[in-house]
Amino acid sequence: LHRGILELRQGPSALGLCVSGCRSLSSLAELPEMHQMMRQTCRDYADRELGPIAGKLDKEHLFPAQQVRELGAMGVMAVEVPEALGGAGMDYLAYSLAVEEISRGCGSTGCVVSVNNSLYIGPILKFGTQKQKEQWITPFTTGEKVGCFALSEPGNGSDAGAASTLARQEGEEWVLNGTKAWITNSWDASATVIFATTDKSLKHKGISAFLVPMPHPGLSLGKKEDKLGIRATSTANLILEDCRIPLGNMLGSRGSGFKIAMQTLDSGRIGIASQALGIAQAALDCAADYAHKRTAFGAPIGKLQAVQFKLADMAVAVESARLLTWKAAMLKDAKKPFTKEAAMAKLAASEAATFCGHQSIQVLGGMGYVTDMPAERHYRDARITEIYEGTSEIQRLVIAGQLLKEYAS
Amino acid sequence: MSRVLVGVKRVIDYAVKIRVKPDQSGVVTDGVKHSMNPFCEIAVEEAVKLKEKKFIKEVVAVSCGPSQVTETIRTALAMGCDRGIHVEVSGKDYEAMGPLQISKIFAALAKKEEASLVILGKQAIDDDCNQTGQMTAALLDWPQGTFASEVTIDGETVKVVREIDGGLETIKISMPAVLTADLRLNTPRYATLPNIMKAKKKKIANMKPADLGVDMVSRVEVLRVDEPPTRLAGVKVETVDDLVAKLKANGTI
Repeated sequence: LHRGILELRQGPSALGLCVSGCRSLSSLAELPEMHQMMRQTCRDYADRELGPIAGKLDKEHLFPAQQVRELGAMGVMAVEVPEALGGAGMDYLAYSLAVEEISRGCGSTGCVVSVNNSLYIGPILKFGTQKQKEQWITPFTTGEKVGCFALSEPGNGSDAGAASTLARQEGEEWVLNGTKAWITNSWDASATVIFATTDKSLKHKGISAFLVPMPHPGLSLGKKEDKLGIRATSTANLILEDCRIPLGNMLGSRGSGFKIAMQTLDSGRIGIASQALGIAQAALDCAADYAHKRTAFGAPIGKLQAVQFKLADMAVAVESARLLTWKAAMLKDAKKPFTKEAAMAKLAASEAATFCGHQSIQVLGGMGYVTDMPAERHYRDARITEIYEGTSEIQRLVIAGQLLKEYAS
Repeated sequence: MSRVLVGVKRVIDYAVKIRVKPDQSGVVTDGVKHSMNPFCEIAVEEAVKLKEKKFIKEVVAVSCGPSQVTETIRTALAMGCDRGIHVEVSGKDYEAMGPLQISKIFAALAKKEEASLVILGKQAIDDDCNQTGQMTAALLDWPQGTFASEVTIDGETVKVVREIDGGLETIKISMPAVLTADLRLNTPRYATLPNIMKAKKKKIANMKPADLGVDMVSRVEVLRVDEPPTRLAGVKVETVDDLVAKLKANGTI
């Protein structure tokens, strides 16, 4: 155990060696000191600043602007961004911990943090020019501005290669036309990474990525969707009608849009897994606390095996999903392939979240069904994690694809 | 310019339910969540604010105890302190450690580090002694501003607004001085992620009480620790006369 921890303290490369080399899981048993500290500061913030207002944010569909600014000041809105660009300069494991703790306080706020970090900043950090990074990342590290990611369309979600939004070149400009659907943060964002077809004949190899400021002439927003959960985030269509942007706003090379989207979603999966973990943990905390306090049949209900079995199952679901998530993050930090593990993490964590949300209400009984207790909000917040950034069905396809490749002769 | 020493104590987290050990020698600490004493957090915040306003140049975080207290020092570094000092005390010495020993250590360090200010929390939430600041000032023969809810530095003097039973008292004391932080002095900042990264590189020096010429022998012996008595149910009365009669009957008045 001691040696495992010493290896961890040496940094990401050692983490990578640990994960692939050592047979024991001791390296996952205790986080490095710095990660523990940042997890604690995020937990403190979530407990004190998010927990008390999460119900109100949900009920009134309020975007947590002040909290996002405070999280920006803490470095949480740009965890992986290098300090030179205004970020916290930490690794993906740290990011995963941050999103989990924030989501535990408020699932919606965790979603905003995740989308800004993974889906908006992520691709620009990986594929952008230095100038693009300074222009499109730095102002989005402070919490003053958040970004969004526009891939899905009314006609295609899982079928991402069928993008019907078009981009044509006219002189020194790109002109975009089309509609994007289900865009998280849309009404609160100051910029978007958006995908459009530049060469229809090349099918998915003819999709390119673009950076568009918001608001912008030619870009309008559809109505805010009235969602089941994560109601403090705004979700709406992006409508592009002859939306003109400079040529320099293309992200990455022409035709690499699909690749950019897929790689971004790979990492984004770890973020959503972390959000799901936070929601699952919050549901478990709520149920376990209630089991101590609620008495029935002459004793706290935590004494009843039926309740104990539920709590045990919830705890196992969360802890196993958490280890999968940490492993995926550690592999990414070690620059090793992590596609399969990220998909496994997202699948496991989102199913853990819906399971825990469901069972938490069951433990609370009638109290779980009313808004006096947060269990019903966790139940509603959890549901989206099985859908966005790759449905559970898509995750299974990704995992199977990777697995079969490993076994191919 | 000046240097400030800030004391940070590692205590059982305020949210934890305290349990007395079966042998009644103390409370259960094994496997229990610990964190920085809330009043020490306020002290750190004040010191860092004074540094940001350029009244002082360097903030040194000090903690006494076994190796685990370095976590508490690192948290102080992540909040903005420049370096740390870990005074190693463990085993029986640590269990018996109290305000007298701590204040001797702080007095010695204040002289060694040529500190202009020593800022401590007004009390720790585990022993609630509220003595260390006062003893440290006495040992150093320095003025003290305790229960501070507002601190203003003006040249070589400090104006301290103190929370006292009757209200607020404002005093002016000359530096070097000892201050103890009360609840309303400030709202401690959250450690930011970049500062947590920076804290990794900041130095924590190690020393023992003997290096400072301090003997850790305690003059106090804990005989027994008990749970507080279970709260009894109340009794309802119909009239004020009944109330007075009942209070007289059970000897309260």
